[in-house]
Amino acid sequence: MSVGFVMLVHTALDRAAAVARHWAERDCPVVIHVDRRVPRAESRAFTVALAGLANVRFCRHHRCEWGTWSIVEATLSGARTALDEFPELSHVFLVSGSCLPLRPVEELRAYLAERPRTDFIESVTADEVDWIVGGLGRERFTLRFPFAWKRQRRLFDWSVRLQRRVGFRRRFPAGIEPHLGSQWWCLTRQTLTAILTDPARHSHMRYFRRVWIPDESYFQTLVRKHGVRIESRSLTLSKFDFQGKPHIFYDDHLELLRRSDCFVARKAWPRADRLYDTFLGAGAVGTNRAEPNPARIDRLFSKAVERRTRGRAGLYMQSRFPREGWENGQTSAPYSVFEGFSELFEDFESWLGRMVGARVHGHLFHPDRAEFADGEAVFNGGLSDNASLRDHAPRAFLTNLVWNTRGERQCFQFGPGDRQEIGWVLARDPNAQISVITGAWAVPLFHSRQSFVDLRKRAAQLQRTEARHLEILRSPHTRARVRIWTMADFVLNPMEPLQILIDEIAPRAQRRLTEAPRLADLAGFGQFLQTLKNQGMKPYLMGDFPADDGAPPVAARPRRPYLVQ
Amino acid sequence: MGALSSYRMRLERKLWKLRARRRRLQLSSVADRTARIGPSDALAFVVLRNEAVRLPYFLDYYRRHGIGHFLIVDNGSDDGSREFMADQPDISLWSTRASYRKAHFGIDWLNWLLMRYGHGHWTLSVDVDEFFVYPFCDTRSIPALCDWLDTAGIRSFGAMLVDMYPKGPIDAAPYRQGQNPFEIASWFDSGNYTIHRNGKYRNLWIQGGPRARVFFPDRPERAPALNKIPLVRWQRGFVYISSTHMLLPRGLNLVYDEWGGEKASGCLLHAKFLDCFVDKAAEELTRRQHYAGGHEYRAYHATLRDNPDLWCKWSEKYMGWRQLEILGLMSKGNWA
Repeated sequence: MSVGFVMLVHTALDRAAAVARHWAERDCPVVIHVDRRVPRAESRAFTVALAGLANVRFCRHHRCEWGTWSIVEATLSGARTALDEFPELSHVFLVSGSCLPLRPVEELRAYLAERPRTDFIESVTADEVDWIVGGLGRERFTLRFPFAWKRQRRLFDWSVRLQRRVGFRRRFPAGIEPHLGSQWWCLTRQTLTAILTDPARHSHMRYFRRVWIPDESYFQTLVRKHGVRIESRSLTLSKFDFQGKPHIFYDDHLELLRRSDCFVARKAWPRADRLYDTFLGAGAVGTNRAEPNPARIDRLFSKAVERRTRGRAGLYMQSRFPREGWENGQTSAPYSVFEGFSELFEDFESWLGRMVGARVHGHLFHPDRAEFADGEAVFNGGLSDNASLRDHAPRAFLTNLVWNTRGERQCFQFGPGDRQEIGWVLARDPNAQISVITGAWAVPLFHSRQSFVDLRKRAAQLQRTEARHLEILRSPHTRARVRIWTMADFVLNPMEPLQILIDEIAPRAQRRLTEAPRLADLAGFGQFLQTLKNQGMKPYLMGDFPADDGAPPVAARPRRPYLVQ
Repeated sequence: MGALSSYRMRLERKLWKLRARRRRLQLSSVADRTARIGPSDALAFVVLRNEAVRLPYFLDYYRRHGIGHFLIVDNGSDDGSREFMADQPDISLWSTRASYRKAHFGIDWLNWLLMRYGHGHWTLSVDVDEFFVYPFCDTRSIPALCDWLDTAGIRSFGAMLVDMYPKGPIDAAPYRQGQNPFEIASWFDSGNYTIHRNGKYRNLWIQGGPRARVFFPDRPERAPALNKIPLVRWQRGFVYISSTHMLLPRGLNLVYDEWGGEKASGCLLHAKFLDCFVDKAAEELTRRQHYAGGHEYRAYHATLRDNPDLWCKWSEKYMGWRQLEILGLMSKGNWA
């Protein structure tokens, strides 16, 4: 049992040399392909650095262009050299110059010996599975790609579009099924020989020469024809980000890599000294028989991709400022807006705080200042109660408040006396629970005992503002959880809606309300409304209050529930 | 964006470049060690005046984080800064006595040096009181970040200014030369920033923090901008147009994601509010070399005279970059 490496090298030659030496000194033949684009002086220095190692060979150099056939060509000549020069090889492991061996070679040998005649190569059918991250899928096989993606991006895109429009399609050669997978594999001598000597290889090559990124499909496809036992996974740990670029490993990944039990990782940052020193160090002895287990690294990188593509809901910051509709959560957590409650009930805020254990603010959008809970002048995150700071960016004020207090539900009061700019923001936000008692703004007016001439003006203004706000809440664009009662209805039976609201805010509390907030004194309220009417105003948002008497229309005693048989 | 608007931007960019070329005559070389710049070095560009106290820690911090060479314009220091810098092996120094304000607050000089020496390099343009913090800065160097940005095809990297302040009066603890300023000014505001989009140049305009909270509560629109794009893979055609807040071509200002994701970003910890600041505010009041007629410094001076404490109950104590990322001031993006 002997394994050899074919190494494709184009940058960071000093690290590649160190890795090649590491394997060669541990009795693994290494065949190196140096990209012909590497400056001659560098590649000569590289050759010199590896001189004196009997089991290192250099194969024919090709000029490699990313995404093209040249990389497969380089791999093929490397593989051919390996098989010809080292007849004792049973496996060939394809690596790049920036790969890092994580486990001792003895462990790799033992691992391969326990699984004879097995090819380790990720190979996924192109028809049924979306293996590709960001880029062409099936079209890799059916279009032609005369332009270099890296250098001639516009021409590349244009030619793809043109071929799509014209309906151009290449035919796939008979006898093979298109498969895709990671470029890095470990194949047995038998399989590799069969691929290299396949009588139909010239027609395959002719076909794959024009496929896009054939290094991810040539061997992956042909191994299905020639392989005996295929383990469809790569022994090389290689993760891609959302743009299809490989993630890079740094010194701080050391422990993670060590515990992953993978054999080879791609790719390491060339200046990650600690990684190279540790894994190329002589100390390790191969006794570990563990299966590669990259789950933790997978999780780390998929979280990174998630953060890059979805972000944190409700966060607005220097590198995340979504366009309208792309917020994926306009605020970070649910919150409640109460309109008219603190007017209708004398102790609503303290009562609510006791009932649900949330942070209950006053009128956060009051024209004079943001009334934070407990009258604080500065709130979480350094949010100031200053009205002009708040009105400079009302939406940011709200989203900051909710973001800063993650983990604690926020409740605040709102009404027609407040700054209204925030209205649409609240209405559109699915996190907002908005409860409105319409017309309750009249209660403080009623208690103020001012002259009716002033009151009439103020009442008309508040009523108009609230009507406009209700229009917003009832618009089809509203996504908040909105409940609206007229004041007359609410006074009739306050406990039921309160219970619903409380249950929604604190679902785990799940108990009957034992204590009601204290209703404001409404004796004479009907008469008050009638006087407003007599003054020429038309108060309608509060519902019907009989003019004759001051008492609330019906005693606020909850009706007894009964069952109809 | 129509062709006309693109063309107008191009003209504007050319104009800025022209200004920079003309202002280069104001610079005289004190120590030119630019021949030592390696092809893949990350470079720092600085304009400063009288910073002898802060310089040693500043240089130490950025050397530790892998900056290869410093290119510095000294604007008439008389406290020994210049002599100190001229002796450093990794500093190339120019000096000028010309007006900071007329050089558009130093931007023209900066643009010239960037144009001349920055081409093809990753360049970090900072002030002496700005300390660049980026994801994994405790374990990875600035070159590691730059290499990653290269592989990801990113040309510019945003880092918001985070104003740091001490607890108690800002002149209570004196700052000693060489000391980490954040041992004193270790507090910051975590969640009171506002963002507006600048339609013309496509950058974000960020305000807030203690400066808006304490100095500009009644004129929030005049609070200083905190958005910065200090790290750029420089090309000859690029220009900074307003401090390091924004650049042309406009595409470089798109350091934020508009489709819900988070791009990687960092912060510039701003060690402005140390004991030396009270004197500086008084001095700048008479020099009038700062932005918008120094209205900012007028506000500082007035407030600091009466109540020089920026700290409040909700101030956060700085622990490290991970804290900034959890608080949502910066992001790892997809760098892991």
